[in-house]
Amino acid sequence: MSDAIISSKAAPVRFEGVSKRFGKDVVAVDNIDLYVESGQLVTLLGPSGCGKTTTLRMIAGLEMATTGRILIGDRDVTKLPATDRDVSMVFQSYALFPHMTVLENVRYGLTFSGFDKAEARSRALHGLELVGLKGYDDRLPSELSGGQQQRVAVARALVLEPQVLLFDEPLSNLDAKLRRQVREDIRAIQKDLGLTVVYVTHDQEEALAVSDQIVVMRNAAIAQIGTPRDLYEAPKDRFVADFIGEANLIACQIVGVEGDRATIDIEGYRHTLPSRGLSDGPATLAVRPSRLRIGEEEGIPATVAKATYVGERMEYTLEGGFGQVFAVQDEVDEPLPVGRAVRMSFAGKGPVLLPDS
Amino acid sequence: MHVAASERTTHPVLIFWIIAGWVGFGILPWYGVEDGFWSFEWLLNGYPFDEDFAPAAFLIAQGEKLWLAPLVIPLALPLLVLGRLKSDPLFARILILTGALGFGWLIAQGFGIGIRGFTFDWLTALFGDLGDRQFGMGYGAMICATAFLFLFTQGIAARGAINGDVFVVSAIGGVIVIVTAFVFFPIAKMLFAAFVTEDGSYSITVFFAKFMDNRLWGVGCLWGARCGVAWNSLFLAIAVGFLTTVLGLAFALVVTRSGFRYKRALRALTVLPIITPPFVIGLALILLFGLSGTVTVYIADLLGVRPTRWLYGMPGVLIAQTLAFTPIAFLVLIGVVEGVSPSMEEAAQTLRANKWQVFRTVSLPLMRPGLANAFLLGFIESMADFGNPLVLGGNFDVLSTEIFFAIVGAQYDQGRAAVLAMVLLFFTLSAFYAQRAWLGKKSYTTVSGKGDAGVHPLMPSGLAIPVMAVALGWALFTALVYIMIIYGSVVDLWGVNNTLTLKHYVTAFSVRFEAEGIRWTGAAWDSFWTTITIAAIAAPLTAAVGLITAYLLTRQTFAGKNAFEFGTMLSFAIPGTVIGVSYILAFNVPPIEITGTGIILVISFIFRNMPVGVRAGIASMSQLDKSLDESSLTLGANSWQTFRRVILPLLRPAILAALVYSFVRAMTAISAVIFLVSAEYDMATSYIIGRVENNDYGLAIAYSTTLIFVMLAAVGLLQVVVGRVQIGRRTQHGSGKST
Repeated sequence: MSDAIISSKAAPVRFEGVSKRFGKDVVAVDNIDLYVESGQLVTLLGPSGCGKTTTLRMIAGLEMATTGRILIGDRDVTKLPATDRDVSMVFQSYALFPHMTVLENVRYGLTFSGFDKAEARSRALHGLELVGLKGYDDRLPSELSGGQQQRVAVARALVLEPQVLLFDEPLSNLDAKLRRQVREDIRAIQKDLGLTVVYVTHDQEEALAVSDQIVVMRNAAIAQIGTPRDLYEAPKDRFVADFIGEANLIACQIVGVEGDRATIDIEGYRHTLPSRGLSDGPATLAVRPSRLRIGEEEGIPATVAKATYVGERMEYTLEGGFGQVFAVQDEVDEPLPVGRAVRMSFAGKGPVLLPDS
Repeated sequence: MHVAASERTTHPVLIFWIIAGWVGFGILPWYGVEDGFWSFEWLLNGYPFDEDFAPAAFLIAQGEKLWLAPLVIPLALPLLVLGRLKSDPLFARILILTGALGFGWLIAQGFGIGIRGFTFDWLTALFGDLGDRQFGMGYGAMICATAFLFLFTQGIAARGAINGDVFVVSAIGGVIVIVTAFVFFPIAKMLFAAFVTEDGSYSITVFFAKFMDNRLWGVGCLWGARCGVAWNSLFLAIAVGFLTTVLGLAFALVVTRSGFRYKRALRALTVLPIITPPFVIGLALILLFGLSGTVTVYIADLLGVRPTRWLYGMPGVLIAQTLAFTPIAFLVLIGVVEGVSPSMEEAAQTLRANKWQVFRTVSLPLMRPGLANAFLLGFIESMADFGNPLVLGGNFDVLSTEIFFAIVGAQYDQGRAAVLAMVLLFFTLSAFYAQRAWLGKKSYTTVSGKGDAGVHPLMPSGLAIPVMAVALGWALFTALVYIMIIYGSVVDLWGVNNTLTLKHYVTAFSVRFEAEGIRWTGAAWDSFWTTITIAAIAAPLTAAVGLITAYLLTRQTFAGKNAFEFGTMLSFAIPGTVIGVSYILAFNVPPIEITGTGIILVISFIFRNMPVGVRAGIASMSQLDKSLDESSLTLGANSWQTFRRVILPLLRPAILAALVYSFVRAMTAISAVIFLVSAEYDMATSYIIGRVENNDYGLAIAYSTTLIFVMLAAVGLLQVVVGRVQIGRRTQHGSGKST
C-alpha cells in the first residue's frame, strides 16, 4: 500500500429557497433554506413523506430542484446532473452491482475519476481496509452478509473523497444489534476523516446518536434545526416535541411570568419553569415520560390505568382530568397496582412549555 | 476530477458527428448504389466522378443536383461551436439550428424531387420543370441525415433537456426517427393510398366505394350465402381467442396446481410456437384430415362414405390456429396463475373456504385480467395470421389473405389492399388499445420482492379431472401433429404412395463435392442461406433497438413518454400483411428506395419484432432496482457508462431472449415477407408457400421440418454463447464467514 490515503475534500452545502414539485401539484419540498457546515454530520429526520429523501436526492443531483439554488462548496450545482457533482451516496438497498466483485464495486467510481489502474486498485483496497473488509475483495456481493454489504457500499462512496457523502436510511435493512454498531462505525469514520455527511433517517434515536445537527422536517418544510440536545430539551412546537423522543403533551394555564420564569397551573397544581417567551394564557406542557414523578402527597390527581414491567423499568399509563399520560419509573421492585390513586408532578428540569397551537 | 471533464471545451462525440457529416457529404456516394448495399464495385467504376456513384460534393462541383448545395450551410455551422462552452446558450442554439436545417432540407428535397423531377405539381408550377431527377438515398445521404439528427439532439441536450444527458436525448431522438420512418410513415402512406383514384388524384368516394364493398361487410352467411371477409376474420378471431384461452388456462392449471408428474414436458409446449413456421400446422392437418389424409381415409373406409373436403375452410383454419396459438396463451397464463399470491389463497383457506370456494372466489377472480389478456393476444394473432388461412382457407377468405390477393392477384388494386389493411388494422388496434387501456390498470398479479413462502393449493378434484382430460387430450393431439410433420417429410407421396424415402430432403438439400469445392445443388439452399443471413443480421439490430427503447421507457422520464411508449409498442398490433403492403407502397420510390433488396427484409423484421425486445427488456429491467443506476451516477459514471457497465451486463438473459426470439421470428415470418421477397432475396417461408401452392407437399414439409430443427439448434447454441449471469448465487466459501 503506497501513499493512497483517503482524505477529505469536505465542503459545505447550502440550499437557498429550494422547492421541488412533482407534476403540477405535488409539492415534495417547499421553499427550504438549509446550511450544512463542512465536516459535520447532519441528519434529515421526519415521518415518511415529509420530503427528507427528496432533499437528499437533490443534493446528489438525482432530482433537480424546481426553484431555488443549491451550492456545494462555493459552486452552484443546481443544474448539474449527478454524474458531474462531487457527491457520493450510500443507498438504502446498498445498490451494490451484483455482477461485480467487492473490489470491482469499490473501484467502479475511481475508474471514472481519472485514476490509473494501480492507483484505483490501491485506493479501493485501502477503502475496504478502512471499513474492516480486508481480504473480501474477490467476493460477490451476494456472498456477503447484510452488514458487510452495507460496509462495501460505504467504502465505495468513501474512496471517491466526495465533497459531501450522503446516506439514505443506511441502517434500515440491518437488525437491531448491528444497527448500533454500524452507526457508531459511520460516525467514527466521519469524524476521523472530517467528512461532510448528510444522513436521512426516520428513526429519531438513530438521529440523536449520530448527528452534529438534526433537521426535523414536516410536510415538505423544515420544522426545526438544532443539535440533538436542543431538539430534545427545547423543542419548538408540539410536532417536534412528539417526534423527537416521546412526550406527554398536557394542556396548562400560565398564571404568571416573572423574568424568564413562568408559573403554570394544572388542576390547581402549580409548577415553575422557563417561560420561553410565552405570556399568560393557555399553553401546552411537554413532559418526557422519565420526567414525570409519581407520588402520594403533592401533584395532580391521577389513577394508574396500566402498569407494564419491561425489565429495567416500569411503564405506567396514568389517567386523570388532563387525559392520559405515559410515564416510566426506575423503581421496579414495588410496582404500583392498577387502579391505585396517585398524585403526578414534574421533575425540576426537563418539562418545557410550548405555545398552544 | 470529473469536475474538469464536464467543463472541457472539446466534445469528442460532437466532433465525431461533425466529421461524419462531412464524410457523408464529401466522400461517400450520395445516392443508392444499384448493385446492392454491400457491393463495392463502384470504387473501381468511375468513382468519384461518375454521376451514379459520386458524393454530393462532387456532384455539385460538376454542376449537377444543385439542390444539395444548401446542405453546406448546416454542415459548416457546427464548426462555430468548437471551443465554446457547453453552458454557452449559443452552443445549444447553433447545434439545434444545424440539425433542424440539415435534416429538414434533406427531407424536403427528398420528398420534393423524385425519379420524375418534382413530385408535386405546385413545385413545378413554382419553379418550372426541373429537368433533372434523383433516386433513393445511399450511404452518403444516410450518414449525413444521421449526423444532422445527432447534432440536433446534442443541441437539445445542451439546452438542458434530461439534465443535459447527450446519450439519453440522442437515444430518444434516434428511436423516434426510425420508428417514424419505418412504422408511421409507411402506414400513413398506405392510408393515403386508400383514397387514390385510378388517375392518381385523391377522392373520398373512392374510399367509400371500396370500404362499403359487399365482399367486405356482406352478411350473406346468415341465409346460406357467403359472408364478408371482415366478419369472417372477426368471428374466427373471437373463436380462436376463446378456445386458446380456455386451453391455455387448462394447461396452466395442470402445470401449477395439480399433482401431474410430467409437468416439465408440458412446459416444453411453450417452445413450439416459437420454432414453428406458422403454416406448418396447417400442412400437418392436411396430412391428417385432408382429402387423402390418414384419418379422413380411415373414417371414410370405416363408414363407407366418400372422403370430404370439410377441412378446407373455417374448421381447418380454426383448428390450425388453435393448435398454433394455444401455447402462447399457455405462456401468458402460466405467469398469471403463478402470480396469484399463494398467501391470498392460504388466507382464504384459513377463513374456512374449501378448495372449490377458494378457487371460485379468490384464485379465478384474481386471474381475470390475465384471462382477458390471453384472449386479446389470441385475437390479435388470429387476425394477423396469414399462413394457415392461405393453406387451409379454401373459400373461406379472411382479411389477411384478401389483402395479399388484392396486391399480387390479377386484380392488382393497391387502393383495395389499403382499405382492407385499414379494416384489419382497426380490429387489431382496437384489441391492442383495449388491452392497454382496460387491463393496464387491472393487473392483480403482484410479485413483490418479498418472499412468499406459501404454496399454491391443488385444484378441487371436481375441476381437476375435466381440466386434466382437456389438457392432456390437446397435448396428445399437438404431439400427433408434430409427429405427422416429421413422418410426412419422409413419405413419397402422401395417401398415394406411402413408401418411406428421403427424396424430398435430397431435392431440397443435396450437395455435390467437386474439385472447386462444395456445390449447393439442392433447390432450397438459396432461400435457406438468404433466410439465415437476413435473420442473423436482423437479430442483433432488433435486440439493440428493443433494449435501448426498454431502457428509455423504464429508466428515464421525459415529456411525451406515454406517446413514445405507445408508438414503439404499436407495431406489435400491426399485422404482418399490413406492414408488407405499406412497405411496398412507401419504399419503392425515393427518398427511401429499398424494395427488392435484402435491407427491406431486415428492416421489416426489426420493426415487426422490436416490441418483443422491448418487452423482454422492460420485464428484466424493472427487476433491477433503480438505485443501481443512481449509485452508478453518483459514483461519477455518465448514463452511457451506466448503461454499458451496469445495466447491460445484468441484462444478459434479456439479451439472449431478444436475440433468439428475433432470429427465430425472422426465420418463421411469412405475412410481411411474402410481399417483400424478390427473386434475389427469397426467404424460406415464402419458398415453402410457393411449393404448397404447386401441391408439392413433400418438399414443403421436408423443408419445414429442417427449419424447425435448425431453429431448435439456434436456440440451444445462443443459450451457450451468451451464457448465464452469475447473480445472487451464494457459493460455499462465502457462507462460512460472516461478521
